Amino acid sequence: MAPRKQSGSTSRKTTRGSTATKSGLEGGITDFSKDQELDSYREMLLIRRFEEKAGQLYGMGFIGGFCHLYIGQEAVVVGMQMALKPGDEVITGYRDHGHMLATGMEARGVMAELTGRRGGYSKGKGGSMHMFSKEKHFYGGHGIVGAQVSLGTGLAFANRYRENDNVSLTYFGDGAANQGQVYESFNMAALWKLPVVYIIENNRYAMGTSTARASAQADFSLRGKSFGIPGYQVDGMDVRAVHAAGMEAVEHCRSGKGPLILEMLTYRYRGHSMSDPAKYRSKDEVQKMRSERDPIEQVKARILEKKYASEDELKQVDKKIRDIVADSADFAQSDPEPDVSELYTDILL
Amino acid sequence: MSGSTTRMTMIEAIRTAHDLAMERDDKVVVFGEDVGYFGGVFRCTAGLQKKYGSHRCFDAPINESGIVGAAIGMSTYGLKPVVEIQFADYVYPAYDQIVSEAARMRHRSGGQFTCPMVIRMPTGGGIFGGQTHSQSPEALFTHVSGLKVVVPSSPYDAKGLLLSAIDDPDPVIFLEPKRLYNGPFDGHHDRPVTPWKNHPLGEVPDGYETIPLGKAAIRREGSEVTILAYGTMVYVAEAAAKETGIDAEIIDLRTLLPLDIEAITESVKKTGRCVVIHEATRTSGFGAELSATVQEACFYHLEAPVLRVTGWDTPYPHAQEWAYFPGPDRVGRALREVMED
Repeated sequence: MAPRKQSGSTSRKTTRGSTATKSGLEGGITDFSKDQELDSYREMLLIRRFEEKAGQLYGMGFIGGFCHLYIGQEAVVVGMQMALKPGDEVITGYRDHGHMLATGMEARGVMAELTGRRGGYSKGKGGSMHMFSKEKHFYGGHGIVGAQVSLGTGLAFANRYRENDNVSLTYFGDGAANQGQVYESFNMAALWKLPVVYIIENNRYAMGTSTARASAQADFSLRGKSFGIPGYQVDGMDVRAVHAAGMEAVEHCRSGKGPLILEMLTYRYRGHSMSDPAKYRSKDEVQKMRSERDPIEQVKARILEKKYASEDELKQVDKKIRDIVADSADFAQSDPEPDVSELYTDILL
Repeated sequence: MSGSTTRMTMIEAIRTAHDLAMERDDKVVVFGEDVGYFGGVFRCTAGLQKKYGSHRCFDAPINESGIVGAAIGMSTYGLKPVVEIQFADYVYPAYDQIVSEAARMRHRSGGQFTCPMVIRMPTGGGIFGGQTHSQSPEALFTHVSGLKVVVPSSPYDAKGLLLSAIDDPDPVIFLEPKRLYNGPFDGHHDRPVTPWKNHPLGEVPDGYETIPLGKAAIRREGSEVTILAYGTMVYVAEAAAKETGIDAEIIDLRTLLPLDIEAITESVKKTGRCVVIHEATRTSGFGAELSATVQEACFYHLEAPVLRVTGWDTPYPHAQEWAYFPGPDRVGRALREVMED
C-alpha cells in the first residue's frame, strides 16, 4: 500500500494553537472553541461506543447478516454535521450508523433496527443498511454501493426547485466512486448547478480491495474535474479540518455555485463487515493509524492540554455515553420483533 | 463416472471448476469485485490469482455495468470471461448490458458473434441479508431470450455445471444459492446444517467432468406428486416430503433455461399432481412459467391444480426472515392440499 497523499497532515497533527492562514478547503484549520472540542469529542465517542456495542451484539447473535462499523471514521461525519444547518439533507451508503447518530437520531431506534425490532427506525424492516429519519433529514442508509449518489443529487435538485437554501450532503466511499452512476450524477449536478457536497470517504479499501488495485485515479478529489466540479482532499482524521472544509463547502453550495467534492482521507479500523478476515492489510498498518491518527484521541489530547476538561470529567462523559449505549442495547434486545403481518404493510398491493 | 473423487463444499467445487477451466484453456479469464487478490467475498476464487497470475484472475472496481460490458467485449473477441457479481442483488446496474448486449449479440450479428461468458452470482436468502443481499432474481433472466440460466444445488452439480457453462458458446447466468455454499440447508433454520462432507453430493469427481446444461435430476423418486424445485428449495422439498409422508417425486431442475421439459412432463404424467416451489417472489416468478408449462403439456393427466409455494410478494425482509422463506411447513401444507383433490 503506497502512502496516501495527505497534504500537510503530519504538521497539522502537531499544530498547537495555530491560526488559519489557508482556507479550510486548502487544508487550513481553525482552532475549535471549548464547546466545539467537547461537543465533537462527545459525538465521536458516542459513535465509537455505539459501534463497539453493535459489534458485541453481533458476536452474541442479536444482530444477523450484515453490519458495517464506522470505527475510525468518526471525525468525518461529526465534522461535517457541525457545518450544517437544520434542513440540510444527509444521505449515505451502508456504513451508516455514525451518520444517523450524528444527525441526532436516537441510539435506541438505530440499535433496535440492527436487531430487527419494532422500535427500530424502519420498524425492523430495513436493518443495518436501511434506516431513515424524515425528522432529521436523513435519507438513508443504502445497501447498494453507489446507488445513493444519484439520490443525493435529486435531493439537491429538490432544494433548487423549492428555492430553499438547503444543501444535500451525499456521502459515498472510494469503492462506490467507481460506479458509473456517480459520473452521471456529477454531470447533472454541474449542469444544473445543484447544491450538493459529494463527500467521498476514502478509507483506502473497497471491502478487500485497496484503492490502488481498483482506481486508476486514486486522488478522488479530482474525480469531478472534467465536469468542472471543484474538489479538495481533507484530513478526515482531524475533526477540525473536516469542519473547516465542510463550512466552506456547504457555503459554496448554499450560495448557488453548484456542487463540490470533498475527499476525506480516513481509515476504518474494523473489517468491511463482521465476517471480514482482513487479510488484505497488515495489523501494523491498522495499529499505526490507531495509535498515531485516532480522531478521538486527537481531540482528547487537546482538551486535556487546554484544560477544557479534566481526565475525571472526560470519564464522566464516557460514562454517560456508555449509559446511552447500554440503554440502546437493552432496548434492542427486549423490544419485540415486528408482527408477521408487518411483512404485508408498507408495500404495494 | 470414473476416477478419483474428493469431498468438498460448494465453494471448493466452484473454485475447482475455475481452476480446471483455466488450466485447460488460457482464454478463460476470471474477474470481479474482490475476486483477485482477496479471493472473492465467499472465497470462490481464492488462490486463482496466485496460480494463474493477475492477467487471468483480477480485481475489478465496483462497477457492475463496466464488469459485464467489458466481459461482453472480451467474449465477442474470443475470450471466455467468467465474472463474479458479488451478490445477485448487485447485478441491476449491469442488467442493460446483459439484456441489450450479451443476450442479443448472436442474433443481431447474424451468428457472426456470440458471447461465451459466465456471470456468476450468489443468490437467495437464509443468511439474514435483508433486501439487498437475499434476492432471487432468476426470473429477470429467464424472461430474456438469449440467455441460459443455471442454478446448481450441490458441490457435485456446481462443479459439473460450471464447467459446462464456461465451455458454452453463449452467455450463461450462473446463480449460486449462497445458503448452500457450506451445506444442504432444508429450511429448518433452528437445526444444525449437515456439512457437505456428510452428504453424498459433496463427493465431487477430481477430473474434468461436465454435467450438461438443460438436464434436470430426480432427487427423490415418488408416485403421488411431482415437486419442481431448484437451488435451496430442493432440500426444503426433501424435508417436506419426509415430514408429510407424502410420496413426492422431487425434480431438481438445475438449469432453468434451457428447461428440461421432458423430465417434467414424464414425472407429472406419472404422478398427476404438481407443486412448484421457489424462494423468489410469486408474481411473474419462474414458478408461473413452470405452472403454465405443466398445464399445457400435462393437462389431461392432472388430478389437481398446479400449486405454487414461493416467497411473498414483498421485499425480502430484515426481521421475520423465516416468515418469508418458504420452508418445509409451507411446502408441506401445499403437498397436503394438492393431495386432497
